Order: sequence, then structure tokens, then C-alpha cells
Amino acid sequence: MFGYTFQWKQVFARLPQMLDGALVTMQIAVLSMVIGIVLAVLLTLFRQSGSRLLSGIATAWVEIARNTPALFQIYMAHFGLGSFGIHLSPYVSLLVGITFNNAGYLAENFRGALKAIPETQTRAGRSLGMSPLQAFRHIVVPQMLRIAFLPMTNQMVWAVLMTSLGVTVGMNTDLFGVTQDLNALTFRTFELFAVAAVIFYLIVKVIQTAARLIAWRLFRY
Amino acid sequence: MFDTALTAADLLFLAKGAGVTILVTLISVALGTLLGIVFGVIRYQVGPWWAAPLTFVLDVFRSVPLLIQLVLANAFLGVVLKLRMSGFTVACGVLTMYTAAYCAEIVRGGIEAVPMNTRRAARSLGMTWRQDMTSIVMPLATRVALPSWIGLALGVMKDSALVYVVQVTELLKSTQILITRLQEPLFLLMICGAFYFLISFPLARLGGYLERRWTND
Amino acid sequence: MIEIENVRKSFGSLEVLKGIDLTVDKGEVLTVIGGSGSGKSTLLTCINGLEPINGGRIVVDGIEVHAKSTNLNKLRQKIGIVFQQFNAFPHLTVLENVTLAPRKVLGMSKAQAEEIAVRQLSHVGLGDKLGVYPTRMSGGQQQRMAIARALAMSPSYMLFDEVTSALDPMLVGEVLDTLRMLASEGMTMICVTHEMKFAREVSDRVAFFHKGVMAEIAPPAELFGAPKDPELQKFLAATH
Repeated sequence: MFGYTFQWKQVFARLPQMLDGALVTMQIAVLSMVIGIVLAVLLTLFRQSGSRLLSGIATAWVEIARNTPALFQIYMAHFGLGSFGIHLSPYVSLLVGITFNNAGYLAENFRGALKAIPETQTRAGRSLGMSPLQAFRHIVVPQMLRIAFLPMTNQMVWAVLMTSLGVTVGMNTDLFGVTQDLNALTFRTFELFAVAAVIFYLIVKVIQTAARLIAWRLFRY
Repeated sequence: MFDTALTAADLLFLAKGAGVTILVTLISVALGTLLGIVFGVIRYQVGPWWAAPLTFVLDVFRSVPLLIQLVLANAFLGVVLKLRMSGFTVACGVLTMYTAAYCAEIVRGGIEAVPMNTRRAARSLGMTWRQDMTSIVMPLATRVALPSWIGLALGVMKDSALVYVVQVTELLKSTQILITRLQEPLFLLMICGAFYFLISFPLARLGGYLERRWTND
Repeated sequence: MIEIENVRKSFGSLEVLKGIDLTVDKGEVLTVIGGSGSGKSTLLTCINGLEPINGGRIVVDGIEVHAKSTNLNKLRQKIGIVFQQFNAFPHLTVLENVTLAPRKVLGMSKAQAEEIAVRQLSHVGLGDKLGVYPTRMSGGQQQRMAIARALAMSPSYMLFDEVTSALDPMLVGEVLDTLRMLASEGMTMICVTHEMKFAREVSDRVAFFHKGVMAEIAPPAELFGAPKDPELQKFLAATH
């Protein structure tokens, strides 16, 4: 019908290699999220700190992360830092780039979530004799988490999709990189990338389903 | 740092790349938005059950890396269907669908945000479905949707950096070509980053401003 | 005993308390009435140190509230306050709302805190709502929960800041009944309220605030029966 013979068998034979790549992709996504969340919390604190320097750094980080392409951020980690004599491996460049991006977007989400919780909640906690830290920890943070949970899930999905950009800095162990290398060997471009697309789609669905389950368990109110 | 080998011709080369970035973005956002409005209205109108196939297809565009979408479209059109299409056309086509997929969600959300009572009031005055849609729903839904839509348009501009994979030399690719030749990565990347930032930052601010203003009403 | 001496409080250039002198004895029920902007609610938030003051002093059981050396977290444990907005913690069940402070602030065990919480919640008529989230309850129920939450800290004093003002008229009664019950049990209370009937029935003394000044204070029969202050006369005429 197409004058083109699909050759799926050849591609399925490579599936184990691609699944190994998917594991690396997941690893980078998870790492970049964990570090990204920690950094985002710091950036949020910096922005609330009242210190000009700290909030300036945090604001610059957030705005650059949100207003330039993720691929640009990965290039900066790889080629840009190279100008300072810091040479990162493709894996680390990709991780640094995605983490930078995650932290920026998450910090903005956290700030929005913080704003959404009325001052009266902290006041109510304080009036019961709680210290500022206790009120923050037991009253503000749990409510923030609920508001920020969906954006965090979306960011996790983005992190997975962004791993595909690693190939531009020479990454070849993640799902996209492995697929690219296999393509160079077999030239079954369409079949190979179709399978990669399905794997990516399934990873995203697993993340979204897991997030829904966690949210359902966690936020009963 | 300003001691650079960058020539006027190189700058022109970068400017051309920037032009391609803007052109691809404008075409894709314009077509994608039109398509997205159609999809969004359909999704809202026929209900979740009948819209399921459409919802699924649109979701795929949001769950597969754009880079893979571009490679697949290119391979399918070129190798499988043996069509001769320029990389530019493929890039615009894929980005249009990509935009439409996100835009449909925004449109549906906007329509759902219009209170049912307002619409009943319109219909009770004898307005037809079309009149209700154009003079009640559209203005109100636009208020909800516009800030997100600005975010989407800027997202598409940033994501258009990936169309290099179908041989379209946009801004970031131009920058990379110069980096390889001149070996001045930091300087060149800063020019490139500044370009994206100077377009994206003010528009993102505008979106944030509109969102705050309209939610306070 | 709560001693308030010449307390002044300003928000920017606006002086809301212009030198208040007042003493509330143990076991007394004082209600404070007055128009909006009279400073009556501000006084309550100053008493438990949620707001700083600009002059004078407030002494609770011999401890000066706004002294630098005062541990406010400790002091607030003996002064419960309930606000106009219920301020329920939406992410916690009714039982968790009430046990949170006893556990985290007083360091009680979960079982101990729950025992007290169940007792206080039953007391305000919410014994059957322990596992419910506050957003699923009526305003009156949420407000009674807020009262139980404050009582669980075993305070010596309770401050009520217009606790019925945000409620539907239908739900005001159940909250006022709870306050009446507390008063009859001998709790020391300061209630800022617009409910004149309640003030007349429950109070030992009623204070009338006008424009940052305590214009008149007297037992209810006297204050409502023969008001001396002309502003109070106007106020009472307008509220009837």
C-alpha cells in the first residue's frame, strides 16, 4: 500500500536495548526532579528572604529557566560551562540542564502555592501556641503540597520528555540516544522511533497514573 | 570577552536564524490555535465519551517528545509515503499539531469556566447556539484562556529550537554552527539566549498581568 | 487576671486604640460591643500578642504580654482565641484539627491528645464528626470545632472575636449556646459581639467601645437599662 515494507521484527529484537535506555531516561528524570525540588525550595526561600542579593539570584534563575529553550539551557551546561574550563560529560550536562529547568518552574509553582494559602491559617496556628516554624511545617506546607502537586506531576512528565534533548550534546545511553544509535546501524528510522514513542507514551502514562493514585491517597479532603 | 572573531556576516546569519524561529512560531501558533479552537469546541460539545478518540490523539502529542514527533513525521512522509516535502513544511506541520493539542485543552478549560447560568440566561433571551457561543461564551472564555494561550505561544517558540532535526536552521542551530566554527560558545550562546529572553520575558509578564487583573474582577 | 493599662495601638497613622484601661477577673464574662472600626477586635489580638502595641501594657497572670522576654508561644497556650472566620485547617480531619496543637506544642502522645480532643468535641456537640474534614461541615459546626480546638489547650482565658458574624442566621444559635455553656462552667471569657441579647444574658459586665475609646463599662442591666454615654444611646437605638 505504501510501497514501503515495515520491518518490525528487526526492531523488536532491539527492544531490550531500548528498554535499558528507558531506564536511563527514568533515572535522569527522577534525579533531576529530586534535586530540582530541593533547589526550588531554596529558590522560594531566597525570594521570600528580603535580601536583595538572594532574591535577585533566585529571580534571575527562575526567569531564565522559564524564558529560554530547555535545549539552550542544556547547551549552556555543556558548551557554556566549557568556556570556564568546566567540562561536563553528556550525562551530567543533560542532568544539570534539566535540573536547572525543573528548579525554575517548580520555584514559580511553589511561590504561587504559598500565596494561595491565607495568612489567617498561620495566624490560627500561632494563636494555639505554635512557633512560626511549627505553623509553617504542620499547616502551610501540607496545604502547599496539594496545590503544587499537579504542576509537579506535569514537570516530571516534562523532565522525561526533555531527556530526549541529551542527544544534542552527545548522550547515547538514554532512550532517544539508544534509538538514534540503532538507527545508524539499521536505518529503520520510522519503526525504531515509533517504538521509542510508544515507550515514552507508556512512561508518561505510568507517571500520571501513579500521581493520581498518590494524590488520591494523600489528599482526602 | 568582546574580543571576538564574530563578523557582520555571522551576525546576519544569526539574524536569519532568528527570522526562521519567528516565522515557524507564527505559522504554527496561528494554524495550531485555529485547529485547537475547533478541537476544543468539539471536545466540549460532544462530551467526554464521544470525544475519547480525539482526546487520545491529542494526548499523544503531549506525551511523546517533540523531537520524536519531528523525526517520525519526517520519516513517515519522506521514507514511507515518499513525499517530497521541505523540512520547513514538516516542522510547521508538526508544531501546528503540537500547538493544537495544548490549545484544545486551554479552549475547553475556558469554555468550562463560563458559568452555566450565564449561558442559560443568554439562551432564555432567545439567542441561538451560535449567538450564545460568539457573543457570550467567546468573550468570557477568552479572558480565562488568554494568559495560558500566551504561555503556550511562548512555549512553542522555545520548543521550535528542536526543528533543527528536520534540517531547518533556526536560531539555536545557527548559533551551534557558529560555535563549531568560531569556538566562542559562551559569547554566542549569550546572544542567542538574550534573543529568546527578550521576546519571551515581556510577553510572559503581560500574561501574568492579565491573569492577575482578570481574576481580581 | 487580665490587666490592660493605657493600651495604645495604631495601624500606620490610624490610631485604633486610644488608651484603654480594663481589668478582667478570673471567672468573669466580659462582652465588648461597639460599631465597626471601634477597635474592639484589635484589643483581642493584642491580648494574646498576635499584634504588637504602641503604648501601655497588657499583663496576663502577672506576665507582661509584649515584654521582649515573654515567651509568646507559651503564653498563648493559656489564652485561647476564636476568630470570625473559622480558620479550620482544611487538610486535617476534625479530630486532627483539635489534636495538632496539643501534640506538637504540649508534646502530648497521640492517645492522650485524642482523649482530650474527643472530650472537647463531644462537649461542643461534634462527637460524631471526628473523622470528617471541616470543608464538609456547616459554618456553625466549623466554628464549634474551632472552639473545641482552642479548649483542647486547656486555656485559662478564652477570647471570642465576633464568632457568629460570618454565620448564616440559622446557625448563630448553636454557637451562642456553646458560649453560654462555657460561661456557665466558669470560663473567663472576653466576647466581642454584635448579639445584644446574648450580651445582656450572659455577661457579668458589658463594655462599649467607640472610636478607639472605652466609652462605658457596666453590668448589663445598667448599661442597657440606663446608658449614660450619648454615643452608646445612639448605638443602642440603632441596633434595636
